[in-house]
Amino acid sequence: MSNLLHTSFISTTKTPSLYRPTTVLPQPHFKKPTKIQAKIREIFMPALSSTMTEGKIVSWVKSEGDKLSKGESVVVVESDKADMDVETFYDGYLAAIMVDEGGVAAVGSAIGLLAETEDEIQMAKDKASSNVGSSSAAAASPPAPVEAVVSDSAPKAIESAPKAKSVTGSSVHPASEGGKRIVASPYAKKLAKELKVDLSSVVGSGPMGRIVAKDVEAAAATGAVIDKAKPNVSVKPDAGPKVELGSVVPFTAMQAAVSRNMVESLAVPTFRVGYTISTDALDALYKKIKSKGVTMTAMLAKATALALAAHPVVNSSCRDGKSFTYNSSINIAVAVAIDGGLITPVLPDADKVDIYTLSRKWKELVDKARAKQLQPHEYTTGTFTLSNLGMFGVDRFDAILPPGTGAIMAVGASQPTIVGTKDGRIGMKNQMQVNVTADHRVIYGADLASFLQTLAKIIEDPKDLTF
Amino acid sequence: MLLSFHSHSSSPPKLHRSPELRFSALRRHSLVFSPLKQSHYRKFISTFSEKKKSTTLASVSNNGSPTMSFDYDLVIIGAGVGGHGAALHAVEKGLKTAIIEGDVIGGTCVNRGCVPSKALLAVSSRMRELQNEHHLKALGLQVSAASYDRQGVADHANNLASKIRNNLTNSMKALGVDILTGVGTILGPQKVKFGGVGLSDNVITAKDIIIATGSVPFVPKGIEVDGKTVITSDHALKLEFIPEWIAIVGSGYIGLEFSDVYTALGSEVTFIEALDQLMPGFDPEISKLAQRVLINPRKIDYHTGVFATKITPARNGHPVIIELTDAKSKELKDTLEVDAALIATGRAPFTKGLGLENISVATQRGFIPVDERMQVIDEKGNLVPHVYCIGDANGKLMLAHAASAQGISVVEQVSGKDHVLNHLSIPAACFTHPEISMVGLTEPQAKEKAEKEGFSISIAKTSFKANTKALAENEAEGLAKLIYRPDNGEILGVHIFGLHAADLIHEASNAIALGTRIQDIKLAVHAHPTLSEVLDELFKSAKLSDDVSSPARQPIAV
Repeated sequence: MSNLLHTSFISTTKTPSLYRPTTVLPQPHFKKPTKIQAKIREIFMPALSSTMTEGKIVSWVKSEGDKLSKGESVVVVESDKADMDVETFYDGYLAAIMVDEGGVAAVGSAIGLLAETEDEIQMAKDKASSNVGSSSAAAASPPAPVEAVVSDSAPKAIESAPKAKSVTGSSVHPASEGGKRIVASPYAKKLAKELKVDLSSVVGSGPMGRIVAKDVEAAAATGAVIDKAKPNVSVKPDAGPKVELGSVVPFTAMQAAVSRNMVESLAVPTFRVGYTISTDALDALYKKIKSKGVTMTAMLAKATALALAAHPVVNSSCRDGKSFTYNSSINIAVAVAIDGGLITPVLPDADKVDIYTLSRKWKELVDKARAKQLQPHEYTTGTFTLSNLGMFGVDRFDAILPPGTGAIMAVGASQPTIVGTKDGRIGMKNQMQVNVTADHRVIYGADLASFLQTLAKIIEDPKDLTF
Repeated sequence: MLLSFHSHSSSPPKLHRSPELRFSALRRHSLVFSPLKQSHYRKFISTFSEKKKSTTLASVSNNGSPTMSFDYDLVIIGAGVGGHGAALHAVEKGLKTAIIEGDVIGGTCVNRGCVPSKALLAVSSRMRELQNEHHLKALGLQVSAASYDRQGVADHANNLASKIRNNLTNSMKALGVDILTGVGTILGPQKVKFGGVGLSDNVITAKDIIIATGSVPFVPKGIEVDGKTVITSDHALKLEFIPEWIAIVGSGYIGLEFSDVYTALGSEVTFIEALDQLMPGFDPEISKLAQRVLINPRKIDYHTGVFATKITPARNGHPVIIELTDAKSKELKDTLEVDAALIATGRAPFTKGLGLENISVATQRGFIPVDERMQVIDEKGNLVPHVYCIGDANGKLMLAHAASAQGISVVEQVSGKDHVLNHLSIPAACFTHPEISMVGLTEPQAKEKAEKEGFSISIAKTSFKANTKALAENEAEGLAKLIYRPDNGEILGVHIFGLHAADLIHEASNAIALGTRIQDIKLAVHAHPTLSEVLDELFKSAKLSDDVSSPARQPIAV
């Protein structure tokens, strides 16, 4: 609104305002910012009229860290009469915003901090955070801790959010070109800004996989909040170096092997059978034994191995197109995404090894895989493969059968679901979907069906896992 | 108004979002009933009731008598709001008048513009109110969740359009204006043909001809309109589906009004604007405030300084894909994938099949060139006798009521009284919630003029926040702004953003049209409490030089 200052009308008055109220009132004025510390000044809620006792922050024209020069508009304040631009009297940096947009502050209370140099911004921020508590009595809506905002605005999202699933990783949907771009609806973007959610960590559930408002709310509820996001140890596909667009990059040895195997898999006549399994009991058990170093992956591998023991045909494979090869041991391979590729470390004899040992073994394998130190027998001897994308929020998918094995199971996220129970009631259960791809030359539909039934029984009553 | 319906076959002129095109739009339809004098009207009624079965006779008796050797005194090509306004005024002036229409009576405004959009905006206004719990609570109201039936909303818009169309048709029939069906083509001086597919061609002669063929939505090249997922206002007004996410190309009147409708009905909106800021046609201060109220708090985001250079409709499971190109560097900047795109980049004149070549007239960027009296100019720069062009087809000010005003001005001239229309006194309005309205110059325009002509300007502003009626409605967000000359009290421009702004502007536009100065109008009385007091306060707050004097008035004691 500095252009207004060139009009004769405004320039004759020294109104620092956007809209001059026509009711004749004493000249709008600022309280002079007092010097409170070296060169950090407070920006006060100005008294814009004689009747004004508090003002609402309509919008911050500047953001934290912006350079300000004397006379520039910093914030728009709504009084009882009009909205006015508030200008700074000093050069410097807007170090901290203490009352957010939409917040109300009493006349004379601090709404932001101005630092004279860039170095002092941090100092001012620290001061702001220590100050918020004391000044928030006046400021009805101080920069609320994110938790408070979240629990306030999205209590339902918290309930319905998948438990123990930190939603990290790039948004994987067709619209994003493999996570290079984020496709989010306008409202989702606004919410993400408001709830301080990093959109690159949100999985879209809208049309064409775009991120919509409820995804952001869910992400905020599950803690995909920027500064709280925990690095996911087991899977982090987006950790790789940035790719240069438009370039052609040859496969690494590992990627070439993947490619070869994938093409080879086309020669196998596969089919798929899916099953929905309740995980409430498994989740409860996991909670109980998590402290002993047990991982969910180990538990799933163990459950699968126990089910395979009862259905040896599902653990078989067809090597020559003429015969069944019944494997002597149950070795569960688990697909792991690593830097620039994919590898399947194997948990040998998963049906016989106890869950704690299995968990330790798994950790050792993952560490080795990351360090690229896996020996061939540690990743080529699987008889059955598990692939789990549940941690991304994927609820179901379809896996390609690795050559030389009979079946692979795709595991989706466990999500709270409303289900009808046998006694005619409606209840809430955590459910996950699994989908097995198998070689139909040796494994038939009924085989997979009864295997899945057994697996469901084990997972839904997991007491056998800890033996 | 349109001679045919090929809205997308006309080749777009090279007018990529030129500022004047923004003035197109969904404007208020102004004329429903005739401006006839009461006595005149009563005379007609009595004639009519006496000879109920002989409408033709009754009509003729009211439609003047044709000048010797011409079939008609005046033939108007195009029965939109402009043509309609001209026809009614012509009858009042005693001219024998015919109007040619190849599509539907009422033209864009009534059928595909201002009228149906007002129906949709009326719905969106109520939805907004019912959804705003905070607002309702402040009024002490409790309403349970509001929802809508899409077809019901669409029907309301359609019903309104047909009702207004009937009103328009009846008002012309009642006065005896001959409505001729078909595409009108000028064959030569004072000679017009009308007809078309399935119609026989007729040739009529007229002393004067008014071209009022209007405009069609302008679709920039590269954009493929399929009428379903990539649409213009023509399709959007039918409200056949409400997309979850719609991109609106252009943030002028049309785009803004539709953003209001779509967001109220639950859509999310992305604006694509070629210029560097949204709402470029408005006074900068108004657009800044409007952005704060109409854009920021709603489910709307925007890209400015970009052209939508390529838009592909949704097909084969793909969404609508929009390529955004930087307006300056011409580099591909971004790609959007949305559920629908509304093209609101303005309107292009519709002059196809008019036979302009027969009177040696060449269009300029599609528009028919006219002088300040709306008389058509030929390719050599000479005035074409007896041919006038009004409304969107001349591009002077693409508003329905401007077309009508131009038509009335032309009728004044052809009936022997010189008249020049002051376009600066024509108000414009955008029917968002709250509304935006304006008349005269914007602040930058006024500054430029002041600099050129060597006078100074001043600005006065009032807020709706201090207005009792606005506060009672709990809708006190708003601003009125006056740009004036302090040395003589002349009103240069008035801009209003706030509750009922579109209705409030007329005090200012009338003042400009009649040359009323601030020193006079500030003494006028306004009923209390009304929104009109916002303007009252605005005029009173203007600070004039001490030597400004009111023309002496004889005080009258009553």
